[in-house]
Amino acid sequence: MKITTADVEYVARLARLDLSNEEKCLFAGQMDAILGYVEKLNELNTDGILPTSHAVPMENAFREDRIQPSIGVEKALANAPDPVLNFYRVPKVIE
Amino acid sequence: MDLFDLTLHELHTKLKTREVSSHEATSAMLARISTFEPQINAFITVTPEKALADAAAADKRIAAGEMSCLTGIPLALKDIFLTEGILTTCGSRILNNFVPPYSATSYEKLKEQGVVLLGKLNQDEFAMGSSNESSAFGVVRNPWNIDCIPGGSSGGSAAAIAARQATVTLGTDTGGSIRQPASHCGCVGLKPTYGRVSRYGVIAYASSLDQVGPLTRDVTDCAIMLQAIAGHDPKDSTSVNIAVPDYRAALTGDVKGLKIGLPKEYFIAGLDPDVQAAMDRAIETYRRLGAEFVDISLPHTDYAVASYYLIATAEASSNLARYDGVRFGHRAGQTEGLLEMYSKTRSQGFGSEVKRRIVLGTYALSSGYYDAYYVKAQKVRTLIMRDFIQAFEGVDVIMTPVAPTPAFKIGEKTNDPLQMYLSDIFTIPVNLAGTCAMSIPAGHSTNGLPIGMQLIGKPFGEETILRAAYAFEQATEWHTMKAPL
Repeated sequence: MKITTADVEYVARLARLDLSNEEKCLFAGQMDAILGYVEKLNELNTDGILPTSHAVPMENAFREDRIQPSIGVEKALANAPDPVLNFYRVPKVIE
Repeated sequence: MDLFDLTLHELHTKLKTREVSSHEATSAMLARISTFEPQINAFITVTPEKALADAAAADKRIAAGEMSCLTGIPLALKDIFLTEGILTTCGSRILNNFVPPYSATSYEKLKEQGVVLLGKLNQDEFAMGSSNESSAFGVVRNPWNIDCIPGGSSGGSAAAIAARQATVTLGTDTGGSIRQPASHCGCVGLKPTYGRVSRYGVIAYASSLDQVGPLTRDVTDCAIMLQAIAGHDPKDSTSVNIAVPDYRAALTGDVKGLKIGLPKEYFIAGLDPDVQAAMDRAIETYRRLGAEFVDISLPHTDYAVASYYLIATAEASSNLARYDGVRFGHRAGQTEGLLEMYSKTRSQGFGSEVKRRIVLGTYALSSGYYDAYYVKAQKVRTLIMRDFIQAFEGVDVIMTPVAPTPAFKIGEKTNDPLQMYLSDIFTIPVNLAGTCAMSIPAGHSTNGLPIGMQLIGKPFGEETILRAAYAFEQATEWHTMKAPL
């Protein structure tokens, strides 16, 4: 398996990362080494083995649907890079 | 003995008898921080005014006779814990202006007992690292040798204990991030069973693996801290509703008949001879105390790192999607359109290791690779969990080294991420299995660096590993040794 800078570019776009050319080259080589290493998982036969997504067996945790106090608009907006009135302003999405 | 040298339980006794005030203890700690921070860099934020106000409140509480064992104790938190009104960066530029609107449950619980917050501790960016070199706020230096890494990702949490800049600290552990720095800095570090401690208000790295735990000077302090933070939290649906035992009552000093498993896969050829020697001495100590040793096998150990770096990066790529410049944190200026704002913000805000893991995790989850990488890794995780279940049918505790070597030099592994990842080879399986483990001081290398021993317990078996750790501590003096500062 050989990871190319095009592969890195594709995945970076999915992850909303804008990588420099140096980063793309560096990550391609490093990912190639890491994915080469993880190939060893294929030494194991996992037919019939269920995947584990969670170490502790648990079922859905339900709670009563009751209105509880929340942090409120002022606190929620306190860290906003560009708040306007009660909103987060972002660059235009639709022309 | 100086106030900054005391353990939590020793300081508690002095506070209780009014021999010292929390103000005095806190001031001593703040002075210590000022003296050694230029060298160690264990803190991202020091909060002296808050600390002195907390100490004054604690002294009032003590005077009114309303004291618990944590009242007036000066402590510090890894900068991954949300602290209302106090800058919380998670070691990242992308959060370099983030002041949380609420606090983590674990900190809320400590606050109820009247602790003193000294500040927020340095860490690898978003807890991704084994050396604390990926922090956007500079490397942390190991107080035992400032040319060496303190371990990571809770490097500041461990270095602050070793430099005696805080009485106790909290860290988090996703693949060894409490135990490995505890080992490298000569302190006690506990990763509780997944679900034992609430993760509410802890910035997420890999949600199925992350767990909160204490770093302390000795095992008694560790038991006290676990007692304070353990338990079900309605705000964390993965926290487990199982009664919290009296952990201090487990510290009997008695390990007669305790069955300790030695997994052959952990005593490998590449193990550093000093680490091997420390383990051999520890085995002798336990034998003298009446424990029994059983040779066991955890056959899938060699696959843990590969499984972990697919699962953890996949979860991270999803968890870190929230840093988009919209609601909080850094936002890139002068961008055209929303997509460019997202990608410029994230590229400017994240450091190299975080980007690498997001890219790797996104790849493992992407169309065409999901089954081959992510699902395969989750299946291997099942095999690793089974290894532990089977091993614990015959033993009470599993004993291993924490890391294959003592602390390495700053810069030694920064250009080779795979080598860096492999330094967590002995701690990662525990996170995949979701069980509990601790690191306790068990020796020194020939050049004077601390070496830790790992005790792994059954799920929710924290009492047993604390009992085993306490007995060892009573029989040895490694925990009393101080970094030469």
